[in-house]
Amino acid sequence: MHSTIRPFWPPLTAGIALGLVLLATFLLTGHGLGASGFFARFTAWLGGEIVPAATETNTYLGPFLKGAPSPLASWMTWEIIGVMFGALVAAVTSGRFRVNIGGATNIGSSGRIAVALGGGVLTGFGARLARGCTSGIGLSGGATLAVAAFLFLIAFFVAGVAISWMVRRAWT
Amino acid sequence: MSLPLFDDGVASGLLSGVMFGYILENAGFGSPRKLTAQFRFSDWSVFKVMFTAIIVAAIGLYGATEIGLLQANGVFIPTTFLWATLTGGALVGAGMAIGGYCPGTSAIGIATGRLDGFFFIIGMVLGVGLFAGVFDPIKSFYEAAAGPQAQTLGLLFGVPTWTVISVLVVVAILGFIVDTRLERAHGGALTAEQLSNGDGDEFVEEIEIVSVRTR
Repeated sequence: MHSTIRPFWPPLTAGIALGLVLLATFLLTGHGLGASGFFARFTAWLGGEIVPAATETNTYLGPFLKGAPSPLASWMTWEIIGVMFGALVAAVTSGRFRVNIGGATNIGSSGRIAVALGGGVLTGFGARLARGCTSGIGLSGGATLAVAAFLFLIAFFVAGVAISWMVRRAWT
Repeated sequence: MSLPLFDDGVASGLLSGVMFGYILENAGFGSPRKLTAQFRFSDWSVFKVMFTAIIVAAIGLYGATEIGLLQANGVFIPTTFLWATLTGGALVGAGMAIGGYCPGTSAIGIATGRLDGFFFIIGMVLGVGLFAGVFDPIKSFYEAAAGPQAQTLGLLFGVPTWTVISVLVVVAILGFIVDTRLERAHGGALTAEQLSNGDGDEFVEEIEIVSVRTR
C-alpha cells in the first residue's frame, strides 16, 4: 500500500509554530533550542570510552568528563531524543518516511556518503568554533537579538551560497 | 510568577525536542535537497521559517520582559567572538552546502530514514574531535576580538529593542515578497510530493509504512 503524501506546512505557519516553541523553551529553561552541543557531548563521551587518557587531558573535551556522571547527562540529550522522535512521528503520519541515501542528487550512493561525511566534518569543527550551530546560535541567539547570531547567520549564508555554487553539479 | 523556570529536567528536554523535531520535519527540513536549495535561491523556506520564528520569539521574549513576566537578563544571550563566530558560521554554511545538513537537521534526516544523515553525524563527531585536537594552538583565535558580553543589536546601534524588531519585521515582509518571486522563477519551492521518492533516484530503497493517520 502506498500512502498518500501530505504537503509540507507553508513556511509562515511553520515559522510561527517554531517561534512559539522557541519562546516556550526560553520561558521554561532560560535558554533556547540547540543541537551541536549534543554532538560535542557525544564526542566527549565516545572519547572517554575509547581513548580515556587523551580525552580527559584534552583542554576542550576534558571538562565535559568532569562533574556530572556522564557528559550525556544533560538537557540537550533529552532534547535531541525528542527531536528525532518528533520528526519520526511527523514523517510517518504524513507518508513522508522513506529509507534512502539522500543528499547530492547527481552522484552515486558512495559519493553521497562521502559528501555527507565531509560536510559533517566541516560542520562539527565550525559549530565548536562558533560556539553553536544554526539552532543554538542562529535561531536561539537570533530570538534574543544577539549580534553574534546575526554575524553567524550572515557568514553561514554567504559561505553556503559560495560553496553551493562550486558544488552545484553534484546537487542539481 | 517569575520566568524563566530554569527547568532543565528530562520532561522539559523531551517536550521542547519533540515539538522542535515535529515542526522542522513538517517544514520540510529533513530533506537535504530542500535545505541546500536555499543556497541556490530556488527555495526560500529556510530563510522564511527561521526569520519568522526569530521575530515571533523575539516579540514574545521582549513583550514578556516588558510586562514583568520574564526577569531581565533571564535568558542566555550569546557573546560575539568576531573571528570565531564568522569563521565558524562560514564552516557550518560550507558544511551544509556540501553535506546537506546542519547539526539539528541531520538528526531530523536520520529520523526520517535518510542514511546520509547518519554519515553526516559521524562526520560531525570527527569534526569535533579534530577541533579538540587543535584546540590549544587555535585557542587565541577562538577567543580573539571578543565583543561586549551578551551584546544585542539594540545595544550595538543604540536604539530601543522595539525599533530593532520593527526593522526585522519590515525586512521579513520585503523578503517574503521578493523570495516568493525568486521561487516562482525557479519553478516554485520543493514540495513533499517532489521529494517523495527519497532524495535519490536509483539507490532508493523504499519501505512501505502503513501510516497511522485519519483522513
